[in-house]
Amino acid sequence: MPADAKKVLLDPLIDNNPIALQVLGICSALAVTTKMDTALVMCGAVIFVLMASNVAISFLRDYIPTNIRIIVQLTIIASLVIVADQFLKAYVYDISKQLSVFVGLIITNCIIMGRAEAYAMQNDVGSSLLDAIGNGFGYSLILMATALLRELFGAGKIYGQVIFPTVNEGGWYYPNGIIVSSAGAFFIIGLFIWLIRTIRPDQIEEQELG
Amino acid sequence: MRHSTGYIFLFAGAICIICAIVVCLSEVSLSALHENNARFDKQKNVLYAAGLARPGENLSSEDVRLRFERVRAIAIHVEDGEPAPGIDPDLYDARKAAVDPKAGRSAPPNASAIKRMARHAVIYHILENSGEVGMIVLPIEGYGLWGTLYGFLALDADAKTVLGLTYYQHKETPGLGGEVDNPDWKALWPGRVAFDGGGEVAIEVIKGHAGPPVNDPHRVDGLSGATITSRGVTNMLHFWLGENGFGPYLKKFRGDQS
Repeated sequence: MPADAKKVLLDPLIDNNPIALQVLGICSALAVTTKMDTALVMCGAVIFVLMASNVAISFLRDYIPTNIRIIVQLTIIASLVIVADQFLKAYVYDISKQLSVFVGLIITNCIIMGRAEAYAMQNDVGSSLLDAIGNGFGYSLILMATALLRELFGAGKIYGQVIFPTVNEGGWYYPNGIIVSSAGAFFIIGLFIWLIRTIRPDQIEEQELG
Repeated sequence: MRHSTGYIFLFAGAICIICAIVVCLSEVSLSALHENNARFDKQKNVLYAAGLARPGENLSSEDVRLRFERVRAIAIHVEDGEPAPGIDPDLYDARKAAVDPKAGRSAPPNASAIKRMARHAVIYHILENSGEVGMIVLPIEGYGLWGTLYGFLALDADAKTVLGLTYYQHKETPGLGGEVDNPDWKALWPGRVAFDGGGEVAIEVIKGHAGPPVNDPHRVDGLSGATITSRGVTNMLHFWLGENGFGPYLKKFRGDQS
């Protein structure tokens, strides 16, 4: 694999993570990460929409009139999200019920339009696909890690399997209520950002002098 | 690159048509699966409300089919509680019927913000091994805080004692009103008595704690932080168990049993 293709694919995992560095797509990262199974389905849906939208928009990039490019991107993304939602309703009905509006809200997930506007509009189809895969997995990495911690400490489970038996079910573990609330997800994502910036100090923004 | 206005319109039109075709194809090709899932989900919720499935138990479609053999779906005429032989209970969709000018009617004034209701309803009898009716499951709906809650109420064969309350669709706040799904709260319902000695609907979700069913038969603990959802639950039970809801049917049922 050529070096720049590798960079396009792997950079978004840690070095240029859409959630941790660009701080995009936070709302869904808060909403769907109380359990790992919902988070996993959400990641799948986002990766699908991101790949398809990046490929479609990169393919059309020379034909899209600049004045209406944003609304064209939005139309394509919205259609893909509806298709993804239909598939989830058909094949994983229970989880799609739990995800409810958040699948529809992929339309407003800044990562997808961000990649369309910042990358797919300027680059060829192949690189755009790699960019989509990289960013999709970068998003998923943070989402799944957050869901792991929230499900473990909030419900004592990992992917629905009991690890710490909770008091309600006759065990010993008192579930941590705050970690299940959206505030808990903020704390966890904040800790991830801290961790990544400790490993990669070049991500720390220069302090603004007021 | 500059494009002419004509090109822009043409491009926008073409994108819209292509996207519309893609969306329509996915909708049409998957709609049979969607309907199956919705029916399966409804049957599953009847089983949960009736206690024929443990909360959180995973049911295959085969399990649901087998357990549903003990369930009789019955279409009734809501106003007088008489059976409605002309209606196929498996196909009847009360939500569609409610908004239909013929199959629905405007609901009498009520606190549950129900505007239209279907003339017919599908209720479920759960049969004992002896073949006698052991339980009645009634569909209920009503407004909470953010939207309509849809669920099932299971009553004992005396048509008075609550055996369970399950919501399968609602938009209440997770952690507050959304706790109507909480198994601990649902466990407070069995044994409560929905009607008082005079036959009036008496069940009520209160603020704070109620006693055990033996001492405090008509009251259930409120959901903390969810006063409006709790009130919504009380309102919809009063509506659906009352004269404008399943009251006539339940009266008739009690009459037939004794």
